[in-house]
Amino acid sequence: MKKIIFILFIAIAIFTNSFYAQEIPQVQIKDLQGKTVNTKSIVKNDGNPVLVSFFATWCKPCIKELSAFNDEYEDWADETGVKIIAISTDNARSTNNVAPFVNTRGWEFDVYLDANEDFKRAMNVGNVPHTFLLDGNGKVVWQHTSYLEGDEEQTFENIKKYSEQ
Amino acid sequence: MRKIIILFLSLFSLGIFSLYAQENNGGHINGNFQSDIQYYIEDTEIGAVAVDENVLVNSWANFAYTQENFSAGFRYEGYLNSLLGYPNMGGINDGVGIPIKWAMFTNDNLEITIGNYYEQFGNGLIFRSYEEKTLGVDNAMMGFRVKYTIASGVYLKGIIGKQRYYWDYGPGIIRGIDGEIQFNDLISLLAESKFRFSLGGSFVSKFQEEENPIYYLPQNVGSGAGRINMSYKGFNVSSEYAYKINDPSPENNYIYKPGQAFLVNATYSQKGFGVILGTKWVDNMLFRSDRNATLSDLTINLMPEISKNHTYTLPAFYPYASQPVGEWGVKANVFYKIPKKSLIGGKYGTTISLYYSRVHDIDRTRFSDTIPISSPGTIGYDTDLFSIGEDLFYQDMTIEISRKWNKKFYTNFSYINLLYNYNVLRGVSGHDDVYANIGIVDMTYKIKRGIAIRTEFQGMFTDQDEGNWGLGLIELTIPKWFFTVFDNWNYGNPDENDRPHYMSVGFGHVSGGNRIQLTYGKQREGVMCIGGVCRNVPASNGFSLSISSTF
Repeated sequence: MKKIIFILFIAIAIFTNSFYAQEIPQVQIKDLQGKTVNTKSIVKNDGNPVLVSFFATWCKPCIKELSAFNDEYEDWADETGVKIIAISTDNARSTNNVAPFVNTRGWEFDVYLDANEDFKRAMNVGNVPHTFLLDGNGKVVWQHTSYLEGDEEQTFENIKKYSEQ
Repeated sequence: MRKIIILFLSLFSLGIFSLYAQENNGGHINGNFQSDIQYYIEDTEIGAVAVDENVLVNSWANFAYTQENFSAGFRYEGYLNSLLGYPNMGGINDGVGIPIKWAMFTNDNLEITIGNYYEQFGNGLIFRSYEEKTLGVDNAMMGFRVKYTIASGVYLKGIIGKQRYYWDYGPGIIRGIDGEIQFNDLISLLAESKFRFSLGGSFVSKFQEEENPIYYLPQNVGSGAGRINMSYKGFNVSSEYAYKINDPSPENNYIYKPGQAFLVNATYSQKGFGVILGTKWVDNMLFRSDRNATLSDLTINLMPEISKNHTYTLPAFYPYASQPVGEWGVKANVFYKIPKKSLIGGKYGTTISLYYSRVHDIDRTRFSDTIPISSPGTIGYDTDLFSIGEDLFYQDMTIEISRKWNKKFYTNFSYINLLYNYNVLRGVSGHDDVYANIGIVDMTYKIKRGIAIRTEFQGMFTDQDEGNWGLGLIELTIPKWFFTVFDNWNYGNPDENDRPHYMSVGFGHVSGGNRIQLTYGKQREGVMCIGGVCRNVPASNGFSLSISSTF
């Protein structure tokens, strides 16, 4: 019986993976000044791709990934018009750390707070870091979990691919 | 079981249906899946046991269907049987089922959720419903929630429901409302102002029938909280105060004292520099939807910790957990980036982070000369807001220096000094406080495009508990794959015959939203804490396989 369920899972996973383009759900999160914003409104980018990256300040691979994105951001944006937004899943323990943490590092992209993981849950993210690429129509076209050294190159390949379409 | 399959099949066909319908209405399915599988081998040296089942498996999967303003979903969970150390209450968690089901729709400014949902009011001092799968915490609400945006910048939420208790629900009913006004969005004159100001307030009440033969207990327990947030350019100040009426329970020894909590955080930051100052004070704020529940079960609120969340292995041996019964804490963090291309900063700049936190008990005095503190059936004790007790629970000083030397090489150095009140934080007696110094060197070297090697060396030096530890780790990453070897050695255990190595080897594959990892090795007995909740993780030896996917 367990096997059947497992096979069903895999079937659904493969099936949905190849045919369904997910849109960003409507969830209320906050910006670093405490203003409530709607997730649908922050991913608008005039028909250009958007990279949405879930992270936490205590997560070392997340910081490596976002630092790598930041190093390349100017070049990527010039070439493809991509916009990067980072979603902090820090809870009340470290929500207040996020703005100083981000500003110290001089990250150029917008950062938002998802303190009770409402957005993270709506996107079905298990663990951070987890990055989604949205095409110019706001559809999720690619995603990536974890960060291994050099993954940003693969990310950029995909940004280029979907910015041309 | 048949029900589950029917559910899957109907969802599956819904999926096929929507494939054809997608052009018209944009419906889609997404979700995730994770399974953690552990094969247990007995190892008397480290106290690891084998299990009758040989293999234990935790798994879950979420499915959500979205069509324009409507979405609905469910979660499968299976514990066959629960991994050792996972909250189980003598076996009640074992089994499979669909514990989470929900539907939601939004209509202009109104959002309604029925079934299961998670929610937090303010900082969570009187209400936080959340899940932390790794720890087995899930106090999902079952009921309904309404969110309404009355005007630009004015937000209201209302909730009612019962809380998840393993495969069932707790006995209490929770009702609550929360409102927040963000004045800069409400008043158009302030829209462009650099000074931002918001106020929020919430009220939460729990009903549980009274059944105690000795004490007359309040069936309805109310709590309220107010919060403020102000920011001006790089400055931000936020604060929240919460009050809860008396709520005698076995955990507070049946005292009739109201609870209070106060939290304040002030931050300043600009490019390259940030500082955070914070304090909190908590008295008698345990709040559960069953007054007899224990551990992480049926908690209505959550007190955020004030200390740094350590993620390296050795400092995580002694993790701090909030003490909702009473604590006072203070923290100061400073972040500084030595600029790029400076003499000391190097080509890419160097980031220095300092963290300090200290947590004490609160000061309690007798309310009467003849009655001891915390006597059941009494007010318990007297205490003043912001009083500081003598008992030190925890102190932590951390310095972290991160530096990218060139395109190929970066390092992260940490030094941590910890003081850990073992008795209070582990709920035992007669154990010495632990004083530990910990040094960590974490280095990454990129060999060529996509190929890198990372090493971690950690040393922990203490005269208490199990003495000194040393840890070495090597990780090789190539595109989509990683390989890890590590050894954690208790070389300084005061008992010379008890100095085990905890070795482990593993590899994993990551592709898109899929991740699979296989590890063979030993794990030390310890405590794992996330988000104010801890659980004991027993020692183990064996294979573990973890599969996760988001789609």
